[in-house]
Amino acid sequence: MNGLSATDLLSLLGHFMLLSLLAVGGAITTASDMHRYVVVEHGWISDAQFTSSIAIAQAAPGPNVLFVAVIGWNVAGAAGALVTLAGTMLPSTLLVLAVSRWAAQRREHPGVRAFTTGMAPLTLGLLLATGWVLAEPFVRVPGQRVGALALIAVTIVAMMRFRLSPMWLVALGAVVGAAGGI
Amino acid sequence: MTDTSPGPRSLADLFFSFNRLALQGFGGVLAVAQVELVENKRWLTREQFVELLSASQVLPGPNVVNLALMLGDRWFGTRGALAALAGLLLVPLAIVMALTLVYDRFSGVPAVAGALRGMGAVAAGLVLVTAFKLIGTLRGNRMGALACGVIAAATFAAIALARVPLVWVILCIGPMACAFAWRRLRR
Repeated sequence: MNGLSATDLLSLLGHFMLLSLLAVGGAITTASDMHRYVVVEHGWISDAQFTSSIAIAQAAPGPNVLFVAVIGWNVAGAAGALVTLAGTMLPSTLLVLAVSRWAAQRREHPGVRAFTTGMAPLTLGLLLATGWVLAEPFVRVPGQRVGALALIAVTIVAMMRFRLSPMWLVALGAVVGAAGGI
Repeated sequence: MTDTSPGPRSLADLFFSFNRLALQGFGGVLAVAQVELVENKRWLTREQFVELLSASQVLPGPNVVNLALMLGDRWFGTRGALAALAGLLLVPLAIVMALTLVYDRFSGVPAVAGALRGMGAVAAGLVLVTAFKLIGTLRGNRMGALACGVIAAATFAAIALARVPLVWVILCIGPMACAFAWRRLRR
């Protein structure tokens, strides 16, 4: 670690910029290819380092995309973190701005209206699926099933009935989990 | 648009709003974004939120990052997009880096691993809540309840049960849904 040449850093940047444009559904969908590149092909970090990079970013507050910065840090320190984060953010950001400006000027265009109307149920289906995919690993393990389902149920009821910050429920989850409840 | 406020007052307001929202978002920021932007600040209606989310999901990049970029850009142009993005990423990045430095020392402690599992389960519940809250927006959808239900169920089954890669789901179901919507809107 920390011994990457400028050429290596440039190819790391190039690879993450390419993945940025393929990351429909978020950077996490390209994590398997990041793994192939930094672990399998170049051997810059270990399997365990890669997995813990994702776990840390998910446990911390903020967008999960920050896991790419942790991977970069593990590969080559601060320079690596800068390279992976910039590579991941830059191309998709430019594309998003261009597309959203184009669409904003054509809000009443039948094509844009067909898009927003048609995509709305798909978007909600995706949200439900994401919730399911996140819950499933806990529910599958017998020792964690009851605790996980209880936490999920409490979260849903509390958030539907009361106006409170999700942070309180995350704190509850942490306390219950630390006490061995899940 | 009647129940929305005019939006952020300044670039600083935008930055700090997204910063606050990001710092509340453990295991994903989308649930908090919905609560803050739609319910608390009322910068968006639920329908507008779903619209932006649709575009965020189809375009490459993290959903919540794309959402922040589009919102910031809508109100203050490029500077707004950058302010929202910086608000979302800067402080969380510092926290994640700090956690990385101490992680090795604590990763083996059972209570820490348990806490992470508990937070993970709540994060899953929060995403489901967001979906439930937004389902009501389909009521005004011109495709009708049946078509919306079929599209949502097909998407859910493909991703959650069959584990089809997202790109294929969007490329297959998306055009069909939009074509159907196009026909319905013509009438």
